[in-house]
Amino acid sequence: MAATTPVRQVRTERQRSVFVLPLVITAFLAVMLAWMGLGQFLNAITLGAVYALIALGYTMVYGIIELINFAHGDVFMVSTFVTMFVTSTILGQKDAIYGLPQLLLSLIIVFVLTVGIMAVIGAAIERVAYRPLRRAPKLAPLITAIGVSFILQNIIQFFVGPYTYNVPQIFPRDWVIMIGETRLLLLNVFVVAVAITLIVALQLFTSRTRIGKAMRTTAMDRDASSLMGVNIDRTIMITFLIGSGLAGAAGMVHGLYYGNTNFQIGFQSGLKAFTAAVMGGIGNTAGAALGGFIIAFVEVGAVVLGFSRWGGAVVFALLVIFLVFRPTGLLGSHTGDRA
Amino acid sequence: MKRPSLPKLPLRLRTYFAAHQSQGVLAAVVTIGVALPLLSRVPPFGDLQSLNAWTNAFTIAAIYAVMAIGLNVVIGMAGLLDLGYAAFFALGGYTYAILASSFLGIHLPFWPVLIFGIIIGAIFGVLLGAPTLRLRGDYLAIVTLGFGEIVPLTLLNAEAFTNGTRGIGGIDKPQLKPLVEFTLTNPWPFYLLVLGMLTLVVILVLRLEDSKIGRAWEAIREDELAAESSGINTVISKLQAFAVGAAIASFIGVFNAAKLTVVSPGQFGFVVSVSTLSAVVLGGMGNVVGVGAGAFVIYLIQNIFLKQLNILVSQLSIPVLMDIDFLKFQYILYGIALVVMMLRRPQGIFPARRRIRTFKDAEVPK
Repeated sequence: MAATTPVRQVRTERQRSVFVLPLVITAFLAVMLAWMGLGQFLNAITLGAVYALIALGYTMVYGIIELINFAHGDVFMVSTFVTMFVTSTILGQKDAIYGLPQLLLSLIIVFVLTVGIMAVIGAAIERVAYRPLRRAPKLAPLITAIGVSFILQNIIQFFVGPYTYNVPQIFPRDWVIMIGETRLLLLNVFVVAVAITLIVALQLFTSRTRIGKAMRTTAMDRDASSLMGVNIDRTIMITFLIGSGLAGAAGMVHGLYYGNTNFQIGFQSGLKAFTAAVMGGIGNTAGAALGGFIIAFVEVGAVVLGFSRWGGAVVFALLVIFLVFRPTGLLGSHTGDRA
Repeated sequence: MKRPSLPKLPLRLRTYFAAHQSQGVLAAVVTIGVALPLLSRVPPFGDLQSLNAWTNAFTIAAIYAVMAIGLNVVIGMAGLLDLGYAAFFALGGYTYAILASSFLGIHLPFWPVLIFGIIIGAIFGVLLGAPTLRLRGDYLAIVTLGFGEIVPLTLLNAEAFTNGTRGIGGIDKPQLKPLVEFTLTNPWPFYLLVLGMLTLVVILVLRLEDSKIGRAWEAIREDELAAESSGINTVISKLQAFAVGAAIASFIGVFNAAKLTVVSPGQFGFVVSVSTLSAVVLGGMGNVVGVGAGAFVIYLIQNIFLKQLNILVSQLSIPVLMDIDFLKFQYILYGIALVVMMLRRPQGIFPARRRIRTFKDAEVPK
């Protein structure tokens, strides 16, 4: 008898979370939709997709080597410029593409190139700036991370200057679905679909594949997984490849939807995405995605209430509140040993 | 490895200054303070700019050095990464700007506000530190990063108190009437004042380093768990480090505002925090004098050397190099300095006397 009790408890716990979470999310979305109206709601969802994709990179890296990768926001910033470069220079596109096959092909090319280039850049950063310090005390990689962040920002500023650039929006902005009176941009649907696909793919990757399993064990105990035959260096490098690749995807999506970028966007987006990662429970990929959407709703909510200039401050306050009162985040983190 | 040693003084002097550290600091600052203007008259430097311009440059370099010494308390001594240090600098500056300008019509004298600035800085240091210092070190870094971002944002948006983007201008200069008169055209009173402040801060920090508080910081930096089990209240101790660091930044921020007579949110961006951090890392975390020297050198490189390089290259009219603005390189240099120093020489150019395992030993067991 005594032995069965814990098992049943575990099961009920799990059942509850399986049912409660989607319910809470649906209710939250419904309330938000009713409050801010469809236009702002879509804004928030789309912004959330961008934050979620960035937050995944933070949370994966933190989960595996317990480093706040300050450079990650700037990796995202660089990716917006890569997207711009690929679309306007390599593909030679300046405007929306209306032919469906051409559009799809262009999108795939932009996606593959941006994600690929960013993945390589991310892995290179890891190789140069973080790997030599893997056994060093914590402060050292944090300082190199801030150094890398600063280098990325200023290299971009050096080459393109402090101006805001237009990113070609190749996805037509006048493809709309009419729902009653309101226009629903197909672009919104596309952006959110891309983000959710990537998030789900990442979940499947980490839970189903051998490399995913290696990533999880390395996060839990690096030395033990090394003894079990996991190649730690390779696993960490793959984590950076994926994380930076996702930031690349976020950059592409950002370019398509907002159509502009400058060398400073990485800082603020990075801070917000990190807040999202903390909110969801750092190290927890599903949590990071959830956090990204929540942060976006908070920010857009601030706009709706007329505090648009204080959006950043509100998000920052949330970060502090979460760190103080619930450092393991909403969904719990698996690295919350001494948070 | 042999430490780069200071010029050898006669033995009697050395033993005297070893026993009277503060007088040693005073003597050193006076010597350097006299030597710098003299040096700036020597041919290669003297031709670059006028004596007054040099004195001005030294004054700003000293502000920067005080900042670095303050940040060193937080990072080098207590081992806490503060990435929003410029925010406290801004607090001091705005405190003085609001209390001593025609913006709100309040004209308080400089000296009490200087003291008030210290208090404000310390209070905000505690306010920011209290909730976050219980957390692990890397969370503190991101919170301070956020704070460093929020303060300029607030200064920008709270227009009723800060005049938004335009900032506050026409700030009063310090008054010390019978002795000297502070004017915009004469850099010497400011130079002397900042040297005095520098001396004060260096003495304070050196004394703190050898005090119970300083040793507690050191213990926390090396091994927080061991420090805690040895009876150190780590939260209080870290708060002290944070408050002292913030107070120093705010203190020199007041002076900075009085010197420039204008403050605006743009002066206190992330760049300021990172350049101060670079000075600390370059100079050698934990070494008060080294850090100050690091700041001094960095400032002179970016404001004299790069500027002169620009002028030189444009005079020589070398086709490719002419289009490059070398001043733009400075920020990339900060980033590279941070990465390269951490990888190759984490103890800095002038390593601290007492070995800091936290930065050097590559094989610390986790």
